[in-house]
Amino acid sequence: MKALVTIRFKDGVLDPEAVAIGRALQGLGFAEVRSVRREKLIELDLETDDREHARARVGAMCEQLLANPVIESYRIELPDGGPAA
Amino acid sequence: MRAAVITFPGSNCDRDLLVAMQTCFGRPVARVWHGDSELPPVDLVGLPGGFSFGDYLRCGAIAARSPIMAAVRRHAERGGYVLGICNGFQILTEAGLLPGALVRNAGLKFVCRPVRLAVVNRNSPFTAAYGPEPITIPVAHHDGNYVIDPEGLARLEGEGRIAFRYLDNPNGSTADIAGVLDARGRVLGLMPHPERAVDPLLGSEDGKPLFASLLAAIGGGGAHR
Repeated sequence: MKALVTIRFKDGVLDPEAVAIGRALQGLGFAEVRSVRREKLIELDLETDDREHARARVGAMCEQLLANPVIESYRIELPDGGPAA
Repeated sequence: MRAAVITFPGSNCDRDLLVAMQTCFGRPVARVWHGDSELPPVDLVGLPGGFSFGDYLRCGAIAARSPIMAAVRRHAERGGYVLGICNGFQILTEAGLLPGALVRNAGLKFVCRPVRLAVVNRNSPFTAAYGPEPITIPVAHHDGNYVIDPEGLARLEGEGRIAFRYLDNPNGSTADIAGVLDARGRVLGLMPHPERAVDPLLGSEDGKPLFASLLAAIGGGGAHR
């Protein structure tokens, strides 16, 4: 089954690349852009059909490698049937 | 003093660090591959600069999960010394051996130039040989912007764990932090490259007192824990 992990900087952590994207958009005339947030999407194909098991395993993957809890938060989705965590 | 330098795939300052340590310590330094699971008996482990694993996912993230890092963690827990420079600093934060994280430079540019630093804590085993005057050491990084929450920053300041601060902050780093110590003062991570400042030919010798401090703290003999 598929699992989607979305990782973003926590509130309060400045993302200079997002700021630069916002400035570039304003420079193109999109003056309504107040701020920009970026996220990272990691798509996993897992050899399991057990949603509970998949959710727990992907949570462990996030804690151990995919996200850095000092600066990032993450969201896990199992799209074959709605959000998971 | 027995020391080792670890090489990760994508390390590129490992030889410079090895040469600087051998010159300053006056004895051979071991090289260790990231895939090894044991360290030789050493007092000091050096994590070099570079772009381990291509900086994939986050700088230092994948190197921090290398087999050798479990041995580095045990070494630090035993009170062994660890020096992480640039990518080595990023690896230490990713491994949780130092607090905070290093993110993209505020100016978004790779910064490669000598910077002036204040030696904030001159009582640590890494800095005791420094005098009160500022030093000049090169930086070369794209992700040296040190991030830590206010409580963590207060703890670092209260415990004297900020080793170096930039006098002219090149990367947006919180509180101008260039290098931090762990709670015991035996693990140091810093973005500037002291190993690139150990010879007049390189334009500065201000990195030498860091290695001299370690030699004085650990001793010149072959004894080890």
